[in-house]
Amino acid sequence: MDELPIQSGDDVVRVRQFVRNAAADNGLSLVDQTKLVTAASELARNTLVHGRGGAARVETVKSANGRVGIKLYFTDEGPGIPDIGLALTDGWTTGTGLGLGLSGARRLVDEFELTSKPGAGTSVVVVKWSR
Amino acid sequence: MDVDGTRERMAAYLRDHHDKVVGRWSELVVAGVRGRTSREEVRRELEDLYTLVVRVLSGADDHAAGELTAALDELSRGRARDGFTPSETALGVFSLKEAVYELVADSAELVPEYLALTRMVDDLGLRTFETYSVTREQIISDQATAMLELSTPVVRLWDGIIAVPLVGTLDSARTQLVMEKLLDTLVATGADHAVIDITGVPTVDTEVAQHLLKTVSAARLLGAECTISGIRPQVAQTIVSLGIEFGDIATKATLADALALALRQAGLKVVPA
Amino acid sequence: MERVPILKIGEILFVSIQIDLQDDTVIRLQEDLADELGATGAHGVLIDITAVEIVDSFIGRMLTTIGSISRLFDAETVLVGMRPAVAITLTELGLSLGGVRTALNAEKGLELLNGKS
Repeated sequence: MDELPIQSGDDVVRVRQFVRNAAADNGLSLVDQTKLVTAASELARNTLVHGRGGAARVETVKSANGRVGIKLYFTDEGPGIPDIGLALTDGWTTGTGLGLGLSGARRLVDEFELTSKPGAGTSVVVVKWSR
Repeated sequence: MDVDGTRERMAAYLRDHHDKVVGRWSELVVAGVRGRTSREEVRRELEDLYTLVVRVLSGADDHAAGELTAALDELSRGRARDGFTPSETALGVFSLKEAVYELVADSAELVPEYLALTRMVDDLGLRTFETYSVTREQIISDQATAMLELSTPVVRLWDGIIAVPLVGTLDSARTQLVMEKLLDTLVATGADHAVIDITGVPTVDTEVAQHLLKTVSAARLLGAECTISGIRPQVAQTIVSLGIEFGDIATKATLADALALALRQAGLKVVPA
Repeated sequence: MERVPILKIGEILFVSIQIDLQDDTVIRLQEDLADELGATGAHGVLIDITAVEIVDSFIGRMLTTIGSISRLFDAETVLVGMRPAVAITLTELGLSLGGVRTALNAEKGLELLNGKS
């Protein structure tokens, strides 16, 4: 599993490129690659801006029936998300809401898991399977 | 696990009686295959498996077990694809026990060794069942994908006007495929008008309407205008009663009407020759 | 930090995004365009994203904001060359690029802008 630091805007770009390559190497379709990288971009930015910096990990996984997938982990030790329900509403398309892009990212992936506690940081784990 | 060397002894026995056992095993398998595979091919397959079985029993190397399961899976997949039932494949594997039994039946000394062999062969036979299921599922899935591809054509009606005649249900998988094909065709042809015909879509409920709206949004991002045609009276009533709004998307009863609209928008007129 | 160049061709400001956009670059582009619109009185902005592989919420918001800013300067914005995969992703996200027109390519985009003025 590869670990990538997220401490700057450049790091976000690097995460995108890394995820893009991992997805392409594992046979995800172009559309699925784009969706995954876009989700990664949202999550990486969250980690940087709201989480005050953190890290991303990229893992290749295999399902029970042999399908390949890409699993991404985004973690930070930031302030955490006080109201997860609110954060996951479709706020960002109209510019309102917390603008966290979390709800958007969730729609683009197959599996989405968010753990966060005020003062204890945030962790988001997503999976996108090849079809 | 071979605490008392039982498996090793079986391995040695199998090695010593190689030709006889493989020969008899082949006979039994060929009888079950009933001509669907040639004798020579059966013999070849069994020779490979036999060698691997002996290696695994002798416990000599760590790779043998992995190679054996790989070889067995390959065999099972091939049989599944060729239309053999899982029982036929499994029985073929199980008949190794019979081939060996015929030789050891008389000597009571090799009972524990024979038992060790049967345990192993039973596992192998069961494994072929599992591989069969997985292979069939993969075939069905591949066929479904192929069918989906075939039933989603995108056609060029005129310069700058393309049509997507949808037949069958419009679920999320289909919608993804329609969007991809439609957008790729827009780029390839430089079209600026797409007609999505839903005459062949049996039910239009809220979910289908959302899929249609998504498709239109995507096409618009590429600068194309869309018309939805093929709205049957029944469907129109359902749409209204469900409160579905198509907003500013033009809808027409027939593909012909939609084509006429698209031509008008393109500044074209059809006149008698 | 890389800057996205803005070309003035006639009454149109032409932006072709060729790089992987970092947040700072995006903000800078927005500011530069506002400056150029104010300085030149251009009637239209053409943004070519043929080479852009990812449009996330931040970039999407920038594009919408540029559309709004242009309108304040009585200019129209047209976005061209969106890749199919990007369009499908944006639709899935539910992102609406409110107020920004789209065209398949630069040629059609120019037709739109010139047709208007």
